[in-house]
Amino acid sequence: MFTMTKNVVRNLLTKSATRLYPFDVREPFEGYRGRLDNRIEDCIFCKTCQVKCPSQCITVDAKAGTWDCDPFACVYCAICVDHCPVHCLFMDNTHRKPSAEREAIHLQGTPKKKKAPARAATAAPAAEAAPEAAAAPEADAAPTPDAAPGPEGDAAPAPDAPEAPSGDEK
Amino acid sequence: MARTILPFGPQHPVLPEPLHLKLVVEDEIVLEAVPALGYVHRGLEKLCEIRDVNQMIQVVERVCGICSCLHAVCYCQGIEALLSLEVPPRAKYLRVIWGELHRMHSHLLWLGLFADAFGFESLFMQCWKVRERIMDIMEATCGNRVVVSVNVIGGVRRDLSPEQCAWILEQIAIAEKDVKRLQSTLLTDYTVCKRTKGKGVLTAEQAYQLGAAGPTLRGSGVAQDARQENYAAYGGLEFAPVTEPDGDSYARSAVRFRETLQSIDLVRQAIARMPGGEIVNPTKAKPQGEVTMRVEQPRGELFYYIKADGTKNLDRLRIRTPTFANIPPLLAMLPGIELADVPVVVLSIDPCISCTER
Repeated sequence: MFTMTKNVVRNLLTKSATRLYPFDVREPFEGYRGRLDNRIEDCIFCKTCQVKCPSQCITVDAKAGTWDCDPFACVYCAICVDHCPVHCLFMDNTHRKPSAEREAIHLQGTPKKKKAPARAATAAPAAEAAPEAAAAPEADAAPTPDAAPGPEGDAAPAPDAPEAPSGDEK
Repeated sequence: MARTILPFGPQHPVLPEPLHLKLVVEDEIVLEAVPALGYVHRGLEKLCEIRDVNQMIQVVERVCGICSCLHAVCYCQGIEALLSLEVPPRAKYLRVIWGELHRMHSHLLWLGLFADAFGFESLFMQCWKVRERIMDIMEATCGNRVVVSVNVIGGVRRDLSPEQCAWILEQIAIAEKDVKRLQSTLLTDYTVCKRTKGKGVLTAEQAYQLGAAGPTLRGSGVAQDARQENYAAYGGLEFAPVTEPDGDSYARSAVRFRETLQSIDLVRQAIARMPGGEIVNPTKAKPQGEVTMRVEQPRGELFYYIKADGTKNLDRLRIRTPTFANIPPLLAMLPGIELADVPVVVLSIDPCISCTER
């Protein structure tokens, strides 16, 4: 008849099973997929994330160098993180804070110049354009070695990376 | 009182999801029940025409909020069968571990809801308190509480380290103790038995003929479980379907209670026997042909039909969820019972309506 009594007494003597949430927050687990973010300075705008995303919440503009994500459409599956060839996408283990406004993620990076045509065009007037070009090749040089180990280390994104610039020309 | 038709649902305190039953009653005795479905149809099967084969994993995970992992397992196994793709043994064991954790949390959720259906709210809280530990295991090992997103075609995306395995074993040992503490209340308490014993009886013949699935079928004494097909790593684990002979609401809750303990045992076995090695066998091939795949969900047998034509999109995807199979048996259970027992009997099949309507 009183089978629940033992449990009731135990619960009276032990501490509460719940927390006073906004004041007492549990530490998030290490691998928790809380928030999607992009280290935009490393991004090569290859659009792999945009293509692979199941909820199609990511929009990449390679020409303008922008990376947009609608966090309300995102399903936090981290498929884009798995496929990113330069590993600039990552999941943070804290979830987004409540907000009264509908905030989208808009990141502005430096658009990467196309290697072959850029070199050919700047080859002749290289001498005059030296001061401006000095900054650009540095930016170019950074992603090239990054992109190179990508295809070796991870077979999947290899075909996607070169596709993006060609789609951009059209 | 003369015959009256009473609506039960779509909004009803015991129903987490909208199921509408038109109950034909006479003097508070149900004579007939007529179901009406379609309140939460989302057209997820049709999405296979827009989303590609890999993206569909995330779509099928959202067919059911509670057994997302098993939907993805069933879908991935179907595509792997079409591609004749060998899944690494470690991935198969990991699928079993996460699948069984899903079964545990689903059954604990249901046991709580069932207690709530007959008005035992403190028992409801106790069940959900135990469940929270399982949810934490899921969050720490998969990255999310409910929609775990760990399955991909050819294997799984996350691995378990030896420390994580040890931590899981530690946590499920505490959960087991907590579950066993609820046993006397759930299965022997006078008020619980009064509300569940002899309510909504489904005989073994009826269950078999009406195509009942899962605990609804096993609660009527039919030892049938899709895990006996030895999909994933179940071939390497010791396991026997849990059955109860009576076929009433009590028997169905007892089956689920015992299955919760069985899942704890299966997780232990799987962790002990898990081999090392790769966790995924990646592929870029496009599936072609048609296949049917069955897995055991917490609510019963889940059935997938996949037709692919060698393009990146599937031709047709058909999902039959266990609740869909359990609605005809439910209609056979209702006639003859009192109106006050309808919520308990309806809940005893563990209805998952958004699963059913996809």
